Amino acid sequence: MAIKTIGKHCKGCGVCVTFCPKQVLGLDALGKITVLDETKCITCKQCEMRCPDYAIFVEKK
Amino acid sequence: MEKLIEKYYRPRLPHIWCPGCGNGIVTSSIVKAIDKLGLDQDKTVIVSGIGCSSRASGYLDFDTVHSLHGRALPVATGIKLADPELNVIVITGDGDGTAIGGNHFIHTARRNINLTVILFNNNIYGMTGGQFSPLTPTASKATTAPYGTLERAFDIAELAKAAGATYVARGTAFQSKMLVDVIAEGISHDGFSLVEAVTQCPIYFGRQNKKGDASAMLKTQRDNAVTVEAAKKMTPEQLEGKFTIGVLHKSEAPEYTKQYQGVIDRAQKGAK
Repeated sequence: MAIKTIGKHCKGCGVCVTFCPKQVLGLDALGKITVLDETKCITCKQCEMRCPDYAIFVEKK
Repeated sequence: MEKLIEKYYRPRLPHIWCPGCGNGIVTSSIVKAIDKLGLDQDKTVIVSGIGCSSRASGYLDFDTVHSLHGRALPVATGIKLADPELNVIVITGDGDGTAIGGNHFIHTARRNINLTVILFNNNIYGMTGGQFSPLTPTASKATTAPYGTLERAFDIAELAKAAGATYVARGTAFQSKMLVDVIAEGISHDGFSLVEAVTQCPIYFGRQNKKGDASAMLKTQRDNAVTVEAAKKMTPEQLEGKFTIGVLHKSEAPEYTKQYQGVIDRAQKGAK
């Protein structure tokens, strides 16, 4: 599994952080999406589905 | 989703919508529905009016028309009549579709022309700074109603049904998988289809009405949306403050472009 984030697209709304059931995601000092602990990801893809800015993609490998 | 963006979006992201705006989710639902049905990209036309929602057409890689305020439906009607083979999808908003374009809306529904209208309902005019629209709930605050709106809001689904639309559905940005399904069904339906996509405007509607951030507004959609099937088992008291999602109305009626072809055939026969 791989989480790909696109900082250029992210506006820091925090929707992905709220809906992530495993606290994998967070916002960095600039308010952009950052992956805190990829190993906890269960590939539910809630973040990808809810991101209004197409800034996060989760791929099952 | 990444592959869909490569295939169906123009390379001009990020979009202009505010942080947390649900329009991006609804736009991706439209793209997913198009992909699900396997529509030919060169045979699909997207027409939009003016407003936040209508900016969506500029990001999508189809033949698109970003038309006049409220006038997306007449433009789409012209395109559909010129070539009934095309899949014509209209993207409009609550202000664009029901205020400025309200009259076009009811008459296009009455005609039952095979268009699919996706109405992004964010309860406010966002682009111009938060004026109330016909879909702003009563007593909500807006820039033009600092003490709350007095007017009752339209139930756009009921309006479409009464005007003669043959497919009416509602989805939310939160229940986006269901939204994809109802949009896909609307595109497949032969006749005028309306899909109301309830979306959040955390900046101009949410902030003035203390609805919280985008995540809180998505949770409100989750808590207040009731499927049509579940609503049947609930009492009116339980349904207080809730809204139904899913396919709300489906009927059969003669489709306009087919009827019009009949007129052309009759006229050509008479001329010979």
